Order: sequence, then C-alpha cells, then structure tokens
Amino acid sequence: MSPHDHFAREIHRRAFLGGTAGIGSLALASLLQPDLAGAADISGGSSAKTDRWTGVVNPLHFAPKAKRLIYLYMAGGPSHLETLDYKPKLAKLSGQPMPESYTAGMPIAQLQGQKLTCFAPQHPFQKYGKSGQEICTIFPEIGSVADEICIVRSMVTEAINHDPAHTYMNTGTTISGRPAMGSWLDYGLGSESQDLPGFVVMSSFGKFGQAQPISARQWHSGFLPSRFQGVEFHSKGDPVLYVGDPKGIDRERQRDVVDAVQRLNALENRELADPEIATRITAYETAFRMQASVPELMDVSNEPKHVLDMYGTKGGDGSFAANCLLARRLAERGVRFIQLYHKDWDHHGNLKGDVAGTAREVDRGAAALIKDLKQRDMLKDTLVIWGGEFGRTPMAQGNGRDHHIKGFSIWMAGGGIKPGISYGATDELGYSSVENIVHVNDLHATILRLFGVDHKRMTYKYQGRDFRLTDVAGNPIKAIMA
Amino acid sequence: MRPHRTALLALMLVVSGSAVGSAADAPAARPINFDRDVRPILSENCFACHGPDANKRKAKLRLDTKAGAFADLGGHAAIVVGKPDESSLIERITSDDPVEKMPPAKSEKSLTKDQVDLLRRWVASGAEYKGHWAFERPIKSELPTTPGPTEIDRFVRAKLAEKGLSPSPRADRVTLIRRLGFDLIGLPPTPGEVDAFVIDASPQAYEKVVDRLLASPHYGERMAMAWLDWVRYADTAGYHSDNQREVSLYRDYVINAFNQNKPFDRFTTEQIAGDLLPNPTREQKIASGYNRILMTTEEGGAQAKEYIAKYAADRVRNASNVWLGATLGCAECHDHKFDPYTAKDFYRFAAFFADIQEVPVGSQPPTRIPTPEQQSKLDEFDAKIASLKLTLDTQTPALTVLQAEWERSAEKKRDRWATLMPISAKSQAGTPLKVGPDGTIVAEGKAAEIDTYVLTFDVQSKAITALRLEVFPDASLPGRGPGRAANGNFVLNEFAAEAASKPVALENATATFSQPGWDIKGAIDRDGASGWAVMEQAGRPNHAVFETKVNLGDGKPVTLTIKLAMRYGTEHLIGKFRVAATDAPRPVKAGGVDGLPTAVREALAIEPGKRTKPQAEALTAHYRTIAPLLDPTRKALAAIKTERDATVAASPTTLVTTSGAPRTMRILPRGNWLDETGPEVTPAVPAFLSPEIKGRRATRLDLANWIVGAENPLVARVFVNRLWKVGFGQGLVSSLEDFGAQGHSPTHPELLDWLAVTFREEGWDVKRLIKRIVMSDTYQQTSHASDPLREADPNNQWLARQSRFRLEAESVRDDMLVISGLLAPKIGGPSVKPYQPAGYWEHLNFPKRTYQNDHGEGLYRRGMYTFWQRTFLHPSLLAFDAPSREECTAQRSRSNTPLQALVLLNDPIYVEGARALAERMLTDGGKETGARLDVGFRSAVSRRPRPDELAIFGDLIDKHDRYFHAHPKEADQFLHVGERPIPKGVDAAELAAWTSAARVILNLHETITRN
Repeated sequence: MSPHDHFAREIHRRAFLGGTAGIGSLALASLLQPDLAGAADISGGSSAKTDRWTGVVNPLHFAPKAKRLIYLYMAGGPSHLETLDYKPKLAKLSGQPMPESYTAGMPIAQLQGQKLTCFAPQHPFQKYGKSGQEICTIFPEIGSVADEICIVRSMVTEAINHDPAHTYMNTGTTISGRPAMGSWLDYGLGSESQDLPGFVVMSSFGKFGQAQPISARQWHSGFLPSRFQGVEFHSKGDPVLYVGDPKGIDRERQRDVVDAVQRLNALENRELADPEIATRITAYETAFRMQASVPELMDVSNEPKHVLDMYGTKGGDGSFAANCLLARRLAERGVRFIQLYHKDWDHHGNLKGDVAGTAREVDRGAAALIKDLKQRDMLKDTLVIWGGEFGRTPMAQGNGRDHHIKGFSIWMAGGGIKPGISYGATDELGYSSVENIVHVNDLHATILRLFGVDHKRMTYKYQGRDFRLTDVAGNPIKAIMA
Repeated sequence: MRPHRTALLALMLVVSGSAVGSAADAPAARPINFDRDVRPILSENCFACHGPDANKRKAKLRLDTKAGAFADLGGHAAIVVGKPDESSLIERITSDDPVEKMPPAKSEKSLTKDQVDLLRRWVASGAEYKGHWAFERPIKSELPTTPGPTEIDRFVRAKLAEKGLSPSPRADRVTLIRRLGFDLIGLPPTPGEVDAFVIDASPQAYEKVVDRLLASPHYGERMAMAWLDWVRYADTAGYHSDNQREVSLYRDYVINAFNQNKPFDRFTTEQIAGDLLPNPTREQKIASGYNRILMTTEEGGAQAKEYIAKYAADRVRNASNVWLGATLGCAECHDHKFDPYTAKDFYRFAAFFADIQEVPVGSQPPTRIPTPEQQSKLDEFDAKIASLKLTLDTQTPALTVLQAEWERSAEKKRDRWATLMPISAKSQAGTPLKVGPDGTIVAEGKAAEIDTYVLTFDVQSKAITALRLEVFPDASLPGRGPGRAANGNFVLNEFAAEAASKPVALENATATFSQPGWDIKGAIDRDGASGWAVMEQAGRPNHAVFETKVNLGDGKPVTLTIKLAMRYGTEHLIGKFRVAATDAPRPVKAGGVDGLPTAVREALAIEPGKRTKPQAEALTAHYRTIAPLLDPTRKALAAIKTERDATVAASPTTLVTTSGAPRTMRILPRGNWLDETGPEVTPAVPAFLSPEIKGRRATRLDLANWIVGAENPLVARVFVNRLWKVGFGQGLVSSLEDFGAQGHSPTHPELLDWLAVTFREEGWDVKRLIKRIVMSDTYQQTSHASDPLREADPNNQWLARQSRFRLEAESVRDDMLVISGLLAPKIGGPSVKPYQPAGYWEHLNFPKRTYQNDHGEGLYRRGMYTFWQRTFLHPSLLAFDAPSREECTAQRSRSNTPLQALVLLNDPIYVEGARALAERMLTDGGKETGARLDVGFRSAVSRRPRPDELAIFGDLIDKHDRYFHAHPKEADQFLHVGERPIPKGVDAAELAAWTSAARVILNLHETITRN
C-alpha cells in the first residue's frame, strides 16, 4: 500500500469513527475544551477534533533554536550607509566621481545613464555596547541593544526594483506563485496557536519616504494550500477581514447561528461520514473563537504603563511601535511567523533628513521589542530580523540614494543567533559585499536551520519539481549561529 | 484524485522520502507497465543527473531515452535486457557502498525496497522501454468489450472490472439536476426547475435538462471561469503599482466563444494569432488580447531590458502550460531536468512572441474597439460629416458676393494693441524683474519654487476692452522658455487686474495655445489649482487675451495693477513676457484683434485684382469658415462631430496584439538578461516535437497551426483532460498542469486517447464533448460511497461513484445570489466592485486608491465579474482559493478554512443575501414555520428540511424573534446591512429572526457542496 493510500484510509477511518460517535457533539464539546489535539489534513484541517496543523517536518531535522520569527521588514530599501555600515572613505570621496572599477557592468535602477558621484554618509556612526558594534547614531535605542544583535553587512539580492525584490526576499525567487517564507514555516512546522493563524502580517506607514506598494503576493501561500497564507491584521476596521459580527448581532446571536450550522452539518455528516464536513465543523469553531481571540489580542489596555512607555505607544494607532507590541502578544500566543512591514525607507532624495525621520519611527519600537522579549525570557527562542529588500547606492541621486543590490545590511537577534557580533563586509565604498557574502537564499537557509529544518529537505512537489524556499541554492551561515 | 489529495500525496512522499505511489503499490503479480510503473521511478530519482539536461549529466549516462538507457558504456551497460545482475543500474541501486549507491545521499532521494524489486523484475522480464506516453501521438483506442450505455462507460467499466469494483447506482433526480447546474452553468437550479425535472416522465427528461443548460448563456460564463485561470486574466497590471487596464472585452470574448461553441482549434488560433489572420475581425483582434494580459510593470527605475526578458519568459510559461501541459518554463536557465525540453527550445518558443508591440515599462496604451452598433453609428456620422464638409468647401456665387462685402469691412480693422510700460515690476519671492525698453519683462536670478509677479502701470485710456499677455522664448531660459521650469514650461494659475485698487472683471480668455488640461480659462477662474501652461510649445512665443467685462478707463489717468500668480511649484514661472491693452470692439480674441490668420491678413491688404491665386484661395477658404450664410451647416457639422466624439469616447477599449519588427531573441545563459553572449534564435516549437520551419521566420500563426495540428501529441489530451474535470472535479491525468515525465500517468489512458482523438475528429466540438461526459452513466452515478468502496478507492480515481466537492470561489457567491434572488444575471461588460472591507487597498500606491463599491446591479453580479486586482484580490474570493492570476493556474486548491467561515458569516453580501432569502421565505412561505423553511431549503439545497432540522430552526427563530422584538435598534441595524432597501410594512423583528435562519441555511456545508 502506498503511503498515500495509507493516509487516505487513516483520514477516512477517523472521520468514519467520528461520524458514528457523533462528530457534531464531539466538535461542539471541543469548543469548551480547545486543547483536544489531533492530526490534520493539509488542505484545511480534517481532524474531527481540532484543525491545528502540526507541520510536515515532524520530527525536525535538527534540534531547533527558534520557535517563532518576528520579521521587522523595512520596506523601500534602507540605506546600509546610514544604518549599519560605516564607510569613512566614502565621506572622503564625496562629490567625486564613483570609480568605474566598482560600477562597470552592474545593474542600475533610476541612475541609468547618469553621472555617478560618491555621496558621503549623511550621519555619524558610533560604537555601542560592550561589543562595540558600529551603528549609525540615528538609532540610539537600537544602539542600546547592540549586545543582543548580530549585524550582517554582506547581504546581496538579485532584484533591483521594489516589487520583484520583495518577492525575492519573501519567496526566494522573482517569479510569482511561490510560497512566502511564513507559509513555508507554517507548512513545515505547524502552528502552536489554536485560534490564531500561524502567519500574521501587519503594516505601518511613515512620513519620510514614498510608500511603495506591497502586494499580497508577499504573504501568499503560492502553490502551497491556501491555509498557509499569511493573514493580514489591520489597525483600522476589523483587525482581520470579516472577523467582526454583522451590525446588530451580538456574540450570543452569532453563537446561536454558528451552533445551528454546526448541528445541521453534524446531522449531515452522520449520514455521509465525509471528512470535509468534519473539517467544516472545526473551521467554524475556530472562526468563532477567532472572533473573540483577535479583538482580545488587539486590545492592549491591560498592558502595564511601563511596557507601553518602553515601546513609546499607547497602542491602537497603527504605528510601528504599536505593531511591535502586538507582535510580542502574537508571539506569546504561539503564532509562528509575524511580519511587520514599515513602508518608509525609499529615500531617493532628501536622504539626510528623511532617513533620520524614518529611523525615529522604528528605533524605539524595535529596541523595546528586543528588551521586552528578553525580560520575558522569550528572546532565546524568538528570532527577530530587521532588514529591507535591498540597500542603497553609495552614489548620489540628487541628495538621496538609488536602489542597490550588491551589498546591504540587516540585523538579527535571539532564536539561536550569536549576540553582539558583526558578520561580513562590503568594500571600502560600501558598493559590493566582499567578505562572507550572504545571499538571500543563505539567509533563508539560516532561518530554516535555526528552526531545526534542513532547507534542502523541506520541499513541495509542484509542476513535477520539488520546490523549496531556497530554490536551488543557499547555505546556512553557521558562523552567526550560537 | 481531488486536488488537495494531490497535495497530500506530495506531502507524504516528502515525509517518507519514498517515490511515486502508483509504482509502489504495484502488486508483485501485476504485469509491469513502463509508463505507469518504471518511468516515474526513473524520472523522480535518476533523470536530474541522467536525463535531458546535458550540462548536468553524470557519467555520460542518459536514462530518459531508450538509446541512452541501453547504451554500451565501455564494457558495461546500465540495463542489460533480461539480466539484472549484469545491469549496472541494478548494481548501483542495491549497493551498500555509500560511494557507489544510487541515488547518492546528497540528492536527498532514495528508493524503497518495493521500487528496487520492481526495477529488478522489469529488467529481468525484458526491460520494455517506451517513449513517454504524452509525447507519442494518441491513437483512437479500440472500444473495450465490456458493455455499457456509452463509450465512456465501457472504458470506465472495463477498468472497474479489472479492479474488482462495480459502478454505483444512478443518483436521484434532485442530485442530478443540482450537479448539472453547478457543472454546466455554475448555478443551482430553481425549485421550479427541480420540480419539473422530477415529474418529467419522458425518457429524454435528463437529456432535455442537459441541452437546456448547454444552451444557457451562463454555460459560457462557467467554462470561461476555468479558462481565465489558465490564461491568468485580470483587471490590473500585476507588478508594483498594479494599476487598472481594461481588458474585459477579452473576458467576454471567451464567454461568447464557449457559448457559440467555437471550435477549440479556432479558439486557439484567434487568441495566439488573431491579429495575423487575413483581415482580422473585431472579435479576432479582441481575442489576440491573450498575448497582452500578462503581468507588466510601471515601476520607476525598472529596466526595459529586464522586463522584456520577464515578459518573454512569462509568455512561454503560460502558452506552454495552457496548450501543452508542459513545464517548458523550467528550461529558462538550463535544459529541463525531466523532459526533453532544452533551454534553446525555451528561447525559440519565446521568439514566437517577439513581434508583439508593447511598452516594456509603463502603462499599456489601450485600443478602442467600438461595438458593432457603435461602429455603424460612426460610419453614419462619417458619411454625414463628409457631405457637410463638401458644402463648406464649395464656393457659390452667393458666397462670392458676400465675401466682397466682408472684405470691405475687414480692411478697416487694424491692430490696435498698445504695449503697457510698467512703472514697477516686482516678484513676491524677491526675484529681480527687469523691464526692457519695449516693455518686455525678464525674470532674472535664481527662480523660486512658486511666485507672484505684481506689475503696476499708469494708463490713460478711454475704454480698454481687453488685456493681452505675451510670453516669449529666450535662449537664456531653460528649454528656451518661456517658462523657468527645467522643460521651459510655466503654469499661470491666476491672471488678475485691479484699477484704482478695485478688481477688474475679466472674461472670455483665449490663447494662441493651451496645453491639454491647462486651458487659458483656468487663469481667470479663481481656482488656484487650475491654470495656463504651454508644454508642447515650449521654446515658442504665445499670447493670451482677456476681455474686460466693462470698458476700463474714462480718459483720466488711473493706476492699473496686474498680478500673475504661479503656484504650481518646481519653478513653473514665466521667464519673459509683456502686457498690452486694446480698445478694439469686442470680441477680442488671441491671434490679433481682427482674429485673422497672418496669411489672410496679408492677402486682404492686397487689392483684389493683384492677389495671387493662392492668396485669393486663402481668402475664399477663410471666408467660408466665417460666412454667416454657412452658419447652419457649420453648426450641424459641430453637432455631429460632438456626437461622433461622444460615441468614440463611449466605445470600449482593450489591449490587442499588434505585430511589429521582432525583438532580437537570444539564449540567456542561466536566464541572466544582462548576459548577451548567448546565440540568437528564431521561432520554433520544441525540437523533439517537430522540425523547425525552413526558409522563413515562423510566426505566431505557425505556432497556433502547429498547436492544433495533427502532429502535436499533447493539445487534445491536455484540453480533454481539463474538460473531464468539469464533470468529475479531477482529470484522468490528475496533474492537469504537467503532462511531462514528472506528471501523473492517466488512470484511464485508453479513454483519454479515445476522447482526445474523437474530440479532434469531431471538429474540436467542446459542447459535444461536455455532453458526451455528462450523458454517461459514469457521470450520473451517486456520490455516496459504501465503506468498502471508499476503502478500495478513497480518491475515486477509478470512478465507481461520482465525487463530492466544494463549489469554486465564484460559484460560492453565485450560489448565494441565486438562492437569495439577488443575482443580476447580466452577461459580460466591465468588471464590477462588490462590497469590500475599507482599507483593504491601503498598500496600493502610484496612485493611492480608495475602493468604492458599486451601487445597484454591480453589487449583485456573478463572482467572475468581480474586479480582479492582482496584488489584492477581493478577500472573499481569495478565501475560497481563487488565484491572483499572476501565473497560469490549471488547478485551484480546494481548502476548507476558518477564514471561509468568517466570509460566509460576516461578509455584508452574505448577510444581505440572507435577508433577501428571509424576505422570500416570509412572502412565499405563508405563516407556517415549516412552509417558510421549505422555501429556504428548496432554494438552497433543492429539498425540504427534515424534522430534526426543523427543530433546530424552530428554536433559533423563536429565540431571535423574542430578542429582536425586545431590541428594535439591533434589528434595524442588522436589517440595514447591505444597500438593498427594506420592504415597507414588514415586521422588522420577525424579518431579523428569519434572517438569522437564512444565514444558517447559507452557511451549510451542503449549500456550498456539489455532489
């Protein structure tokens, strides 16, 4: 018997037994007892008892260091030269032509065909913490957690325009239709939350850069079943689409309707013993629970004042800081992958003022998140990543910088990352990564390795090919793992 | 196999590290079938290093061709027929030595013991080797001897007998008519249609329903839903700003093509090469839009060359998948790993599309396609316009007489403009304004972003009827001026005058030129945003004239102040200009007081007898344009032109294919668009399928002709397989998207080939094939499965029963709209905007967009007409697995998730639908709860509720009736969900309680299930 048949029979057996025992009552009972565990059908959760998905990489390939990931996604392309990568020589050459040896044959975005001139770092850097990591002074708060973070200064990517570069950073390729990193994690590892999605996305908008559009493709499950899709949480309106009861309907009235649906579906299943009906019943339970758990999650009124002060938010305002606080709350509730977009980093002009402004928008929230996780003893198994889809040119674009893919920086913390170190380097002018180069595929391989997954062994067959997050490349960076 | 089961299969393979199920479960006694049993093992485990990709091939061993598999490798061979112990293939897969062992550990592949045994038995029993089934031309299979009412049944039953299974009984009539409704038109039957079918005693009762549905215009909609997924039809560009581009005419073409039962070969040709057909019709041009509906970008900084390469690859992926079930897209960077497609094949295929004219980075200019009605109106207008123009161009004796009179009066006119010399000229931003001796004013020094010039004059005039502002080019200005912006332009937002500190009313502004969108009238409308600009005439002189409303001045000296406000920003300021005044009688227009063109004025100055012929003609021609005698004709002409313009503006647009000089196509090493070292290629289909056309460049028409030609082994099978899914929810080949070595083998290869060949022989008749499928007994079986049957065939691949599955995303919505009676059944037209949560589009930018739902009909159209925003597809469709249509989706996943529950419970359209259904239950169901629920159940699930179901509803309705009577405000809020008015005179609490009941009905699993 093939494994396929075996699995199908198993599903059928469970559904069948559940049916004769009265799936409906069992399912309704589990409303009161949400911890009843069970295996699940990949497409939607076919267990009679719960639809918690437990992942395909089970057991894990390695002992995991990270259990969840909070990705602070700095959309627009933060300049590495004003954030994490100090280049004194660029200051010396400022205003002079960029040496052609750096730029010949390289892809260029908006500076195509223009004169290329060196543009000095616009803000000073300083050494922070015991580790003495060099960070731009526009990030005093992140500087205060310098000893917790690992700075990677040798990133490279393959796509030079925002849309494909986001797709590359999230899916490992620029071709649409591949699953996002969070979908892979959810698919591979499952969710630890009963009533929240395993992959949550939130966004904040700034005042200092162009708000480049971001497609829902960035959190789409691609060819993976759609249950692994990232779910967007919003700060305005319903936090999750359609999570609010219809106007005029209170919780009890909604409960009545859901109950009736459940009972009727259970009656149908008594006749048909169809696993899809059982799945439908659990889906309605989860949906009803989400209607309560999501507003509870979003309500930060019970957070103590010192915590709110640390983040610098009262919550509920859709700011990056408020989202950082929500990210911690989501992490506490077992959500596997939380991605916060802050869309304010596209600084083609007026870099000096604008990059400092955007830095202010994220500095405190990001640092508070690290401190907060640390004080709750969650940093050790929560991986935090701060970075964008690419960096910016050492060359001037007016008084700003253009897109740049040959060298840029990110930082990572917690979840098995060595704290207080720097890794990799760009050349003297910050153009190309030259030492310990980290490709996006390597970053993905590293993330998976921290979660206990061999990136080459977590695959999904589609159009006849075994696809993986790292496409056909990638090596975990051992040197930055604790 | 149901799609999510396919996913399951893949999942289990990953987890267990084993290979393909169909081979693994081959019982030892069963004869080995190479295609079914052996090739999948070789493909999955060996082809990556011993297959089509010459660059990756190890040890010069190639197992994907017969010659390669049996080749002498220097004293030994991978396969020695009949001698497994002498075959190095067997030796290596059974070796314990980690160095020798195949597949190697680092490939992450390994063979199960069953697979190893099977390969050994295969070699021992003669190692029969065949080409991959899908690449061999289908031959019309002999009908099996097994009896059955239709050919399909005979093939299926022969297979069932082989498996020891027997067919299930026919489903009841209610189930059958529901099934046919969902499968053929994507809509449920009405209670009346169900009743009529149930009592129809005629032997043709079933066939009559089939014929009625196939003739319904909704049939085309249902078939189009699938096709639009494959060709990735959407309403927006896809990349980055994801702006709208109107292509709904293409969508409607697809619907109409299925409704007209256009033969599939013509359907194919029109889409790929409609523009290349002789004298293409309107319809064929629209069809050629297929080539244009791919994702495109408008992102600033995107490099044209990169996107040209992306579009080329996109077209290869799509066309090869839609028509060939091929993953040719995998050969972009290297030869295909499993199928004999080379990288060269990929780029040669791409070259077919290299002639398509498009904008690599930017919005795609649309083509206006008037409807046939509009076109005939346009033709009428054109005829009338021609006749009126003839009248206007014809000189008559009467006109000649009148012209002489006019000439006498016109001669008396003269140019009476007087330049005004400023006594002061100041810029509010502090820019120096230098006044020249001729009254010309030049702005000097650094230009401000925005500015207002204030000029004062001492005038002594009796009656100023108009003021004139001249702007001049100058070499010192950027772009030669007259503006100071980098491009030479300016924006004059307001031109204002004051006399003795009192505003002077100005009107009838005219200019020698105004930039479109920046008309001179904007300079005196007191709207700070509008204004006068002259972009296209930068570097040239122009002037504007403003009439005073009442004569200005009484002969005494007065101080006149003129302000030029320029607030556009980025230095859009006037650089060089002059002001003048006139007392000529109104109307005074730009171009001169007399309003005459220069040539006419010159001719007038010459005595009639001394004029040259061109001068005389210029005068007569000009006079005819102003002759009062011709006024009615001119008015008629203007009216028709306005009507014509309106008709053109009202005619729909779409993207069509226009052929031009083909772009150079070369093989991009590893797919890298920056690398130009690869050889140039010309269009050709994959080499192993067909030789290339010699002596001329092949075209898209050649491609289309080859696709539907007799030598292509793939297209009929691929399409027939997808049509099979219409009737069974899955294909005979379960991998709809992959007919290559890594795809699944057909469960019924003889049936697939018989259908494919028959389809072709019968003229690619889609309706006939669909009818053949649904008329079979196999189709009409019940979907109930006995336990032994479910055990024996959990995924129903042998078809001893029908399948049950959830409706597709659009049909979930359509079903609700029919049940509730809300459906607006209109076919086609621009896409519509149903309710959507506020803020869902917050990520869209360039420009920012706010979603505004339609009102009225647009709220209640079928799901397929929902505005398909690629980057943010409508969330209710997305929740039910509708794809974003960025790439070809041959098969949607069929998930079952909490987000779907939230949609059905809380999306306003489902709440509004529930209310509409409740209204019907109350009006059509009388007073009895049971009778009312009858109405609801019969509408939703085509049956009456059972007693245990009635009890559940009874409790709910009683409780909610009490609640809403005690809470009228809540009842009112609840009933106001959705824009449909609440009928007058209803008991709001009762209606609210019944809306709760209707919500339950709309949320039932049964309601959204086809069985």
